[in-house]
Formats: sequence, C-alpha cells, structure tokens
Amino acid sequence: MARSTGIQPQRGAAVPGENVAYGKIAVAVVALAATLALLWGGFLLLRDGNMPKLVTALFAIVWGVGGVAALFFSANYLVEAFPDAARRVIQPYIFVGPGLLLLGWFLFIPVLRTLYLSFLNADSTRFVGLENFIFTFTDRAMLESYRNNLIWMIFGTIGCVVFGLLIAILADRSKFETVAKALIFMPMAISFVGAGVIWRFIYYYSPPGQPQIGLLNAIIVGMGGDPQAWTSQLQPWNNLFLVAIMIWLQTGFAMVLFSSAIKGIPVDTIEAGRVDGATEIQIFFRIMIPAIQSTIITVTTTIVIFTLKIFDVVIVMTGGQFGTEVIATQFFRQFFINRNFGVGAAIAIVLLILVVPVMVYNLQQLDKQEAF
Amino acid sequence: MSAQSVSMPISSAKASARRRNRISAIIINSVLALICLAWTIPTVGLLVASFRPRDNILTSGWWAILPHRAYITVGATSLPRDTDLSQPIKIDNDTVTDQQLRDGVTLSDGRRVQWNSRRGRTLNVQQPQWTSDTSFTLENYQSVLTGQKYTYTLPDGTVKTDQGEDLSGAFLNSLTVAVPATVIPILVAAFAAYGFAWMRFPGRKLLFTIVVALLVVPLQIALIPILRDYVSLGLNGTFLGVWLAHAGFGLPLATYLLFNYISELPRDILESAFIDGASPFTTFTRLILPLSMPALAAFAIFQFLWVWNDYLVALILSVARRRCRC
Repeated sequence: MARSTGIQPQRGAAVPGENVAYGKIAVAVVALAATLALLWGGFLLLRDGNMPKLVTALFAIVWGVGGVAALFFSANYLVEAFPDAARRVIQPYIFVGPGLLLLGWFLFIPVLRTLYLSFLNADSTRFVGLENFIFTFTDRAMLESYRNNLIWMIFGTIGCVVFGLLIAILADRSKFETVAKALIFMPMAISFVGAGVIWRFIYYYSPPGQPQIGLLNAIIVGMGGDPQAWTSQLQPWNNLFLVAIMIWLQTGFAMVLFSSAIKGIPVDTIEAGRVDGATEIQIFFRIMIPAIQSTIITVTTTIVIFTLKIFDVVIVMTGGQFGTEVIATQFFRQFFINRNFGVGAAIAIVLLILVVPVMVYNLQQLDKQEAF
Repeated sequence: MSAQSVSMPISSAKASARRRNRISAIIINSVLALICLAWTIPTVGLLVASFRPRDNILTSGWWAILPHRAYITVGATSLPRDTDLSQPIKIDNDTVTDQQLRDGVTLSDGRRVQWNSRRGRTLNVQQPQWTSDTSFTLENYQSVLTGQKYTYTLPDGTVKTDQGEDLSGAFLNSLTVAVPATVIPILVAAFAAYGFAWMRFPGRKLLFTIVVALLVVPLQIALIPILRDYVSLGLNGTFLGVWLAHAGFGLPLATYLLFNYISELPRDILESAFIDGASPFTTFTRLILPLSMPALAAFAIFQFLWVWNDYLVALILSVARRRCRC
C-alpha cells in the first residue's frame, strides 16, 4: 500500500491521455502476480500440509474468503493503471468476468457436454441420433416419472403458495407474528436427510396388532382403522405423502417473500377499501393479491422449477421405488447406476427443456418491470 | 345498513367494532396456532426421540411421554397345568382362545389377561391406568458429542474398547466448507450484478439472460464433467474444489437476486459519486456493498443453509484424493 501512494504523484505529472503510467502498471502486475503466488502457496499448504484440524479450518476460511477479495482488488488495481479509454473497455469484464467464468465452467459447458452426450449411445462410442430421446418419451418408467413430476408440480406448488400466503397474511395481523414465522421457517434449516429421519417418525408402518410408532398410523389405529404403509403401498397416492414433506420444508421460503411483499402494501390503500365498505375477503382478493402479484409470480416460478428438479426428498424417503420415481431420480439412475450416459444425458436435456417455458415467462415479466 | 349505523350512538358503534376486532383476533390467532402446531409436531417428535433410550424409540411412539391410558400389569394368575390350549379356555365367567390370550383379551369384569408364560400356564392381569413413559437419557447426545464407545472381544479373549470419532471433526469440516462457500459466491455475484446493472459493455443483455437461464440447470448434470476436470487438475478432495462448485451452482440465483436489488438503487447517489471522481471499484466497495446489505444478508442466509445442509456435492467432490480412482 505504501508503494502505491508513492506512485500517485508520478501519474499526476504525466499528461492525461498521452503518457501511460508504465511504473504503476509494473507495480500492479507484480502485485497481481504476488497475490496469485500467495494463493497458490496457500492452496498447496492446505492440500498437502498436515496441520491440526482447527488451524486448517481457520486458515482455509481466511485464505478462501480473503483470496477472492484480494484477486478482485489486485485485478482492478491493474486495470485502473491503464489509460482511461482502455480502462473503460476492460473494467466491466473485471466485474462480471469471474462470475461468468465460474458459471461457464460449472453450468454452461456441462450443459453443452450433456447435449453432445445425449446423441451418443450408452458408452458414448457411437452416434445414435434421436434414439435416446425417443426412449425417454416411450419408456414406461419414464412416463411414470413424468406423471409423478406433474403431481409434484401441481400439488407442491399450490401447497407452498397457498400455505405461504395464508400464513403470511394471518401472521401479519397477529401479535405473535415473529414466533409463528420462526416456527414455520424452521424446517428450511433442516437438511433433506434430517427431514427424512423426521418424517420416518410420521409415516412409520408396523403390521396391525403391533404398537404403531409412526404418528399417522397411531392416529389411524386409534380411530379404529388399519395401519397403512403410506410411502410404499398406496400407489399412486404415496407421491402426495412425499409432496407433503416438500411443502413442509419450503413453505417457509414462500412465507418470507410474501410477508415482506404484504408489508410493502401501503396501509392507505387497504384503509380506503375498508372505508368504502369492502369485506375482508374482498380486500384480500381485490387489493392485496393484485398488489403482490409480481412476488406471487416470482415465488411460483421458483417453486415450479424446484419441484421439476426435485431429487433429494424422493431419494431419501423411497429411493424412487414404489412408483415414486421422478425425472431427476431417473436421470441419476441411468447416469450413475446403469452407466447409460446417452439416456441419462437425454433425460437431463428433457428436464432442461421442460423448465424453459417457465423461464421465458419469467424473463418476459422481468422485461415488463423494465429492469434493463 | 348505512342509515342504521349512522343513527347508532358513536360509543356503542365503537364498542361493537372493538368486539368484532377481538373476535377476529381470536380466530386469526387460533388458526395460526393450529398451522404452527402442525408444522412443529414433526420436529418436536424428533427432539423428544433424541432424549429417549434406543429400545423405547423402537417399541413406542414419542407421544408415549404424554400421560395416556394403557394396560399396566397389576398382578398374575395361573391356569391349571393341564389346560388344553387347543380347546376354548374357561377363565372365571369367560371363555377365551389361546390366540386371544397371546394378543391380550379383556374379560367381562374389565380386567385384561395376557400370557406371561404359555408353557407355565401363567397369565398377567392388566388394568388400564394413567401412565407416561418418562425414561429419558442423555446417552444419545453423549455418544454423538464425545464419540460412541465400542467394546468387543478379540479372538484371543481380551476385551478391547475403542472410542469412535466424535462430531467435532465433521463440524469443523462443515464450517470450513460452508463459510467460504457462502462468501465467495456472494462477493462474485455482487460484482457481477453491479457490472450488469450499472456498466455498459457489449453483450450485456445476452450474457445476463444466459445467467438467469442457467437458474434451471439441475446441478446433477454438472457433477461428472466437473469431477473429471477436478481429477485432471488435482482439485478433488480439496476445500477449494468444493467452494468453487458451490459458488458456481449458487451464482445464477445470487446474481439474479442481487441484480434486482442493486439495479433499483437510486441513480442520483451513483451519479454524484462518479462526479466526485470515485472509480467504479470505489463506488462498489464504499457505496453499493453497504447499501445492499439487506439483500446480501438475505441471500447469505439461504446460501449458508443450502451449503450447510448439502449432501450430494460434498459426497461426490470431496472424496479424498488418495482414495479416488477415477
């Protein structure tokens, strides 16, 4: 830092736009190289070093967080040493570049690779045209998973949005708002594996006559019914019992967004409605719903995409058995267990294409809001 | 209706409005309480189960800790040793079968009998009583926090006790993965969102559309290509590899949300900063970051929860290098 201030007067002395501050560029290049070298050293130390666990953890956190900040800082320092015209062209890429690089590496290129694989056979040695896609639209198990994804999309989205909206509105008028919202939000903090354990205590099945340790069956037996194997026997309704888990987990997300949107509705608008003699139900449907329409669209889109990609709940609860297979689990099965890369890739591409209409609609909404 | 309410004395109108308010408050709060109860019960069940001994969890539901009526053995009785079990059995005024005695059967005088020992022809006499299962234990927590003790006998007869691993290592690893995997994508996304919102460069709209479109890519697509790249780069099994993967997968949503927030910041503030000679970098660190703290914090919470709870990415990408043969 001390050296950089020493450089300042030099730039001031140069005629703007004519002389390039080579000294400053050199310093900046050295600084960038030093940052990179330091980060590389830290990486080697972390990978091969044998420090106590606590030291490793602390060092890794400081190195990771500080490293990214230092990279941005030194890269920007280099760019600001350039003449103004060059700086103006390059600087935006310093800002968006790292993000684009990461996205390109981790998402965009894998999509292209998958698209390529989807036209090849199981072990990617022969071009088979659209054969894999024809398989994904005719196979019985695949058709079943489309049906299940439809169930997830319809019931999961409606459940999350309706409950989220209901709770947000009730909580807004209650004195116990904070407590209620915290309780509803709590499942968001629970992992899918944890949720699987929790819901096993709900859906657990013991044969008739034995003590039921699953809550749902205990209630059924207590009322004189027969215990049911909720997640395995009741096809295709067992899908709904899995959807319930997702609703339990994700309603908190919808509730938080709805709640902040409802708080944004001007009080005057609602008061004006009341003065004009509108009932509470009219106020809800005629004033509140239109006012938070854009939030409803955002939340619905997010949850629709989430249900289309649903994977963890199914894998944890049934492993895709008993007619609960969904597209993402089919993909996982074909790609990682059957090692049929062609079909697996084709399923992933189909999943991607299914989500595109939702995304196009969302982008249109974005354009309407004049975000650009 | 309006004529009536106008002629009504103001104080009585107020009172009826207050009563209506109180009634609606009660309705709202009780519906809310009902929903909250339904939402909390699964977690409460887990919490209660975590304090119960293993055998109790497997034989009764967690609600057994609540007072309930159950048949408690209060005495014993026996049948003649030569009772023929294949024939109906007579006990006092009732006739029962062997199968009924296995499951437990209620006699006409309200007692319930069940085999204690079928061979010895002894019966347990049970009566319904209020009871609750209050045998709690901290053993589960002890074995999780300090490592479970395993005792086993070696072939030569010596008894060996091993201490299993405790949770501290796993906890530290989770923390080491989660903190940078939360901060890195937020930092990168904030820079990118600022670039997309307030800088002019060719391809801006197209690139941003691609970023948003990548929201829909299921991350499972990327796992195998990424793992192959990692193996050739020597990145698998390192913290850096897991951070970068989480950053890459979290970036579309982070950029999308932060863009929405940062692009709506008042233009005047930024313009006055530029007029005062601030560079874009200074504007970003001194102005944009502090102003968008609410959005950054909101996303940080979600990203931290996702990374903390993640299983798949860690499972596939953090396999130790020495053990991986891909």
